[in-house]
Amino acid sequence: MTADDRQSPNDPPLASSHGSAASDLVYRFTWQRLRENFIQFTLFMCALLSVLTTLAIIFVLVSEAVFGIPPERAFFQEISLSQFFLETRWAPQYSPAFFGIWPLVCGTFLIAAIAGLIGLPTGLLSAIYLSEYASPRVRSIAKPTLELLAGVPTVVYGYFGLRIVTPYFIRPMLRPADVFGIDWLWNIPVDGFNALSGGIVVGLMIIPTVCSLSEDVLRAVPRTLREAGYALGSTKFDVCVRVVVPSALSGIIAAFLLAISRAVGETMAVTIAAGQKPTLTLNPLSQIETMTAYVVNVMSGDTPVGTIEYKSLYAVALVLFLTTLVMNLISQMVLARYREVYQ
Amino acid sequence: MSLIPRPASFASAANPSPTETAASPEASPLSGSHPVAANAGGANTSGGASTPLKIETRRMNFFYGSHQALFDINLRIPERAVTALIGPSGCGKSTYLRALNRMNDIIEGTRHTGDVLLDSHDIYAPNIDVVALRKRVGMVFQKSTPFPKSIFENVAYGMRIAGIRNRTFIQETVERCLQQSALWNEVKDRLKDSAMALSGGQQQRLCIARALATNPEVLLMDEPASALDPASTARIEDLIIELKQNYTIVIVTHNMQQAARISEFTAFFCQGRLVEVGLTKQLFFKPREKETEDYITGRFG
Repeated sequence: MTADDRQSPNDPPLASSHGSAASDLVYRFTWQRLRENFIQFTLFMCALLSVLTTLAIIFVLVSEAVFGIPPERAFFQEISLSQFFLETRWAPQYSPAFFGIWPLVCGTFLIAAIAGLIGLPTGLLSAIYLSEYASPRVRSIAKPTLELLAGVPTVVYGYFGLRIVTPYFIRPMLRPADVFGIDWLWNIPVDGFNALSGGIVVGLMIIPTVCSLSEDVLRAVPRTLREAGYALGSTKFDVCVRVVVPSALSGIIAAFLLAISRAVGETMAVTIAAGQKPTLTLNPLSQIETMTAYVVNVMSGDTPVGTIEYKSLYAVALVLFLTTLVMNLISQMVLARYREVYQ
Repeated sequence: MSLIPRPASFASAANPSPTETAASPEASPLSGSHPVAANAGGANTSGGASTPLKIETRRMNFFYGSHQALFDINLRIPERAVTALIGPSGCGKSTYLRALNRMNDIIEGTRHTGDVLLDSHDIYAPNIDVVALRKRVGMVFQKSTPFPKSIFENVAYGMRIAGIRNRTFIQETVERCLQQSALWNEVKDRLKDSAMALSGGQQQRLCIARALATNPEVLLMDEPASALDPASTARIEDLIIELKQNYTIVIVTHNMQQAARISEFTAFFCQGRLVEVGLTKQLFFKPREKETEDYITGRFG
């Protein structure tokens, strides 16, 4: 076998009229290459933007709340952590002022708990109905209608809570004596602003989130799995509860956590319906203030920049940020733990 | 309990010997008008005792909306034997199989005409409880479908939904079914582990064990080994041969060697029609119809 033989059939010709093979591989400037680089750069910048924003927010929160940039002093350089976590009063405008975070945390969790109690089961059950029971026609009407709930501005929910839920639903049930003049019945005091009405409207608000996300994961459960359930003599309810929901569990839990995060971060509705009075209480009928409502309160008031009251806003925001961060981490862990893979 | 009376002979009848089974389908042709279906009668070559019929369809047509998927199917499926349904893709064999436990009911817009009889009772009659029917006519699917539960709970599922609370009974049944499906030795030390961690072949045997746990009389199998490697396929086939002593098995398969290895009877479907049915040996070696011959010799399909 000669060198000639080896070269001719498969190898590209080393020297031919249209240039050598080696020189084709050398990097050369082309417009197409420039375009590719430009596109890649743009995409990278878009991704970078959200990362930078997050970092900037963390920087602002930490520099205002924990480590001040001299000569400024941060919130926690003036207020001790022990007061922040051991004091039970939140009264920044008093003198002496009190900065105990628990009334705000308590208010936030009261709202989230009530909203969760109302929104999570309702949302999941409506998702099961839409995914498993509803005819395609009913679903085509019901699902967009439900998602319309998500489009209502939150300030409307707040007003709805204050002007409709409290006077026409909560009061008549808890204070029949006052409302109907029946004086031998129970008479439970209800504040005009109260956590229950705020929790109820936030619960209504998260139903579309829970329902829409859960319905997507329920419908993603393979039909073969449902059929396997039916083939063993399951009723429709058996298949829903014992096959479909467990198969979609990780997605449902993720939907729940997302909805609760939303309830924790919800601002306008709770500011209007639940009030602005920081109270360390678990009584849903009293006026409370959530962390978010406090932030609104300070921002919309005439608190001078640089005062301790103004700085407290960043401390509260930092707590809120850490709360949602922890919830996100938990949801990641839950997803990793319960993930079942279907192709 | 079920609305369909169980035949008294189910539990006690002796296993028919292979020759008896092979020679004994009740052979008188149906009065139905379909000429090819009457070929079933050709199996009656000996005067042996007849195997009782388990399932019979008479003049069955099946529709998905306006599309007709099955045309005038007359087929008789004998008890405690393996009947294979073969045919090219889209010929209606899976649709036929799924009609036998009313699995098609859950697909919108399906309907049928004609009769589907299980032990001479029409399973589409208005007074039939579908849930009870499916406990008697179990099904194994092409893709293994373990539930996201432990191995034990997968097999116990049928008993749990039936409201059985007796823990000893459940444990014994789970063990028996796993042994029947030749999976027990591989999983007995990890019954609490997730079923999703099993291999494909093990998952399929688990699904068979799960189907057996509801104590069915008929097992419908829709290409149960088509997604498995040869070794797992061989185990499933051994299992089917083992199970036919106690169960009536109807199996859809694309693998004609498989049909030849495990079944006594074979029905060949093509384009929604039952072209030919008979003893497996006869259908493979001396097919009556040109279409059958073309298909099994690989000339089409």
